Amino acid sequence: MSDSSVAIALLYPELLGTYGDNGNATVLAQRLRWRGIAAEVVTVAPRAPLPTCEIYLLGGGEDDPQRHVARDLAEGGRLTAAVEGGAVVLAVCAGLQVLGRSFATGEGRYAEGVGLLDIETGRPPRDQQHKRAVGEAVVEPRRSLNLPMLVGFENHGGLTTLRGHALPLGTVRVGIGNGTADRAEGVISGHVVGTYLHGPVLALNPALADMLLGWVVGELPPLPDDTVDAAAERVKAIRLEAAGLTTLGM
Amino acid sequence: MGVRSSLAVLAGTAASQSSRLLRRGSGEVIGGRIALELQPGLLAELAADRVVACVSGTNGKTTTTRLLVAALATRGPVASNAGGANMPEGHVVALSGVPRDRPAVLEVDEVYLPQVVAAVAPRTIVLLNLSRDQLDRMAETRRIVAAWRAMLVGATERPVVIANADDPLVTWAAMPAGRVVWVGAGLAWRSDAAICPSCGGLLTFAAESWACEECPLRRPEPEVALRDGEIDVRGERLPVELALPGRANRGNAALATAAADVLGIAPADALAAMRAVTGVGGRYAVHRRPEATYRLFLAKNPAGWVEIFDMLAEADRPLVLAINARTADGRDTSWLWDVPFEKLRGRHVVVTGERGADLALRLAYAEVDHELVPGTDAALRTAKRRRDQHPAAGADDPDLDVVANYTAFQALRGTVAPVSGHQ
Repeated sequence: MSDSSVAIALLYPELLGTYGDNGNATVLAQRLRWRGIAAEVVTVAPRAPLPTCEIYLLGGGEDDPQRHVARDLAEGGRLTAAVEGGAVVLAVCAGLQVLGRSFATGEGRYAEGVGLLDIETGRPPRDQQHKRAVGEAVVEPRRSLNLPMLVGFENHGGLTTLRGHALPLGTVRVGIGNGTADRAEGVISGHVVGTYLHGPVLALNPALADMLLGWVVGELPPLPDDTVDAAAERVKAIRLEAAGLTTLGM
Repeated sequence: MGVRSSLAVLAGTAASQSSRLLRRGSGEVIGGRIALELQPGLLAELAADRVVACVSGTNGKTTTTRLLVAALATRGPVASNAGGANMPEGHVVALSGVPRDRPAVLEVDEVYLPQVVAAVAPRTIVLLNLSRDQLDRMAETRRIVAAWRAMLVGATERPVVIANADDPLVTWAAMPAGRVVWVGAGLAWRSDAAICPSCGGLLTFAAESWACEECPLRRPEPEVALRDGEIDVRGERLPVELALPGRANRGNAALATAAADVLGIAPADALAAMRAVTGVGGRYAVHRRPEATYRLFLAKNPAGWVEIFDMLAEADRPLVLAINARTADGRDTSWLWDVPFEKLRGRHVVVTGERGADLALRLAYAEVDHELVPGTDAALRTAKRRRDQHPAAGADDPDLDVVANYTAFQALRGTVAPVSGHQ
């Protein structure tokens, strides 16, 4: 890792990469390279020591792999130390749950999370457990972020409750999100962002990708070519239509 | 066969024929359904005293079934559900009216396998691989593994299970069987096999092995293995020269060879017969439309896409990729990012299908030269124009390669007549 290159850690893709979320690393790296900023994606295997990077990415996955991830990330408090040193983290779905204080692993059992986020994830009440959150989701981001409407595909059975200083990333306009009564979706705490949105979320929402990159490199020049963002806009329009919306605060 | 069963077969056959006459479908499903409603024990009765092989798994069922049929056909006619109707109603139709001394090869849906095995008491079962068909289906995959394993607990010499030793989920499911022929058939897609199916520990993979870090589960030593384009059958090395493309199909041939061996066909003879298989249910076959001629590939899940790149690798013709996201395809298109489309750099790709825009976004990030053309016919025309501007060698070659996911594939094969390679 040279000083001028932005290092993006893709954490445990074998364990947390089966919902397409590895694509978030591709999106971040390409959006830097196209602007003339060197970027490298560092794939971190289970049990490997956590490298020093500017950005850490966690994706979605199943219950069984989650416990391996929580164990590896908690070891030596490396991720917590990196965040205290200013690193940016994006965690999706199972990755979001792992970063909290605790998460449900099924059959009423709970596992200890990394504790980086002040959140807890349980299961919805028994009478609502058939309502697994699966489908297109549309999220209105919290106003202070100054982001356009976020779209994505959610697919989870968790109920995530925010505590203390953790703030929701936004409010669901369509979909389930965290599953709480306030219709919160995701979490943001400093430069740690969590969401249930797949897609991958950064491919569908380039403004969110640029927000994370801005935290690392400061003000970003525009992309030299708007093809890719035009392509994202087309997909977003299809998603909004699939979610039953046409033009909604775009 | 009892009067009730005979009547059930007659009624089912009549329904199949009228369905075909009315052009309402191939007739397999409706005829079989009626027959099974009239006589629920019909499948067991039709299979009694018959040599039956069952073939199941996420990817390669239809092709492996076809390859095994080709091998067995060296000894005369074989019953099979060649149309791909792989649930019990399709099996009833495949066996109806075929003399008992004729063997049968049944392609079986993964979920239905235990039920079908209980009914037909197969001589052999071929277990190919298990992965998610769709993003939210991993829990289903785990249930299938458990059900397969339960099916084989207590099995003695029959059935002989032919199992892909490179797939940890298949291995775990097959282990309780009394007799297993382990086949090193390969596994290109390991993303659904990171965790030990036995203990939940981490699995580690090397070139020709895998093992759990926490328990004794590891890759069994195969009796039959695909290696360097040859199939090694207990030390005898046989060349694999298939008309079907790709490493995945050579792996399917290795599994079919092992099954044929159990059923008394010598591996060399089986492999020779498999060469005659050129297309399977429209897959790999050359299709003709007014717009263009094209070789059509089905890739219905990430594991399938990974295999397809290997099949396209040597071709230098325009490529059309068609993506839908209907229920049968999976509504979530995030999986497009699990597929290494970067491998298509240097080719020109025409993107189409109801969710072509999702793929266009993926290809933009992969820096693959592409254009989005809504409408299948228009996409074929666009790609053909490009082909005409850059004529390649081989006038007999199809104009294009077309890869489609499930419902897009159905649309592309529906109105085409294969010009070669059909069965």
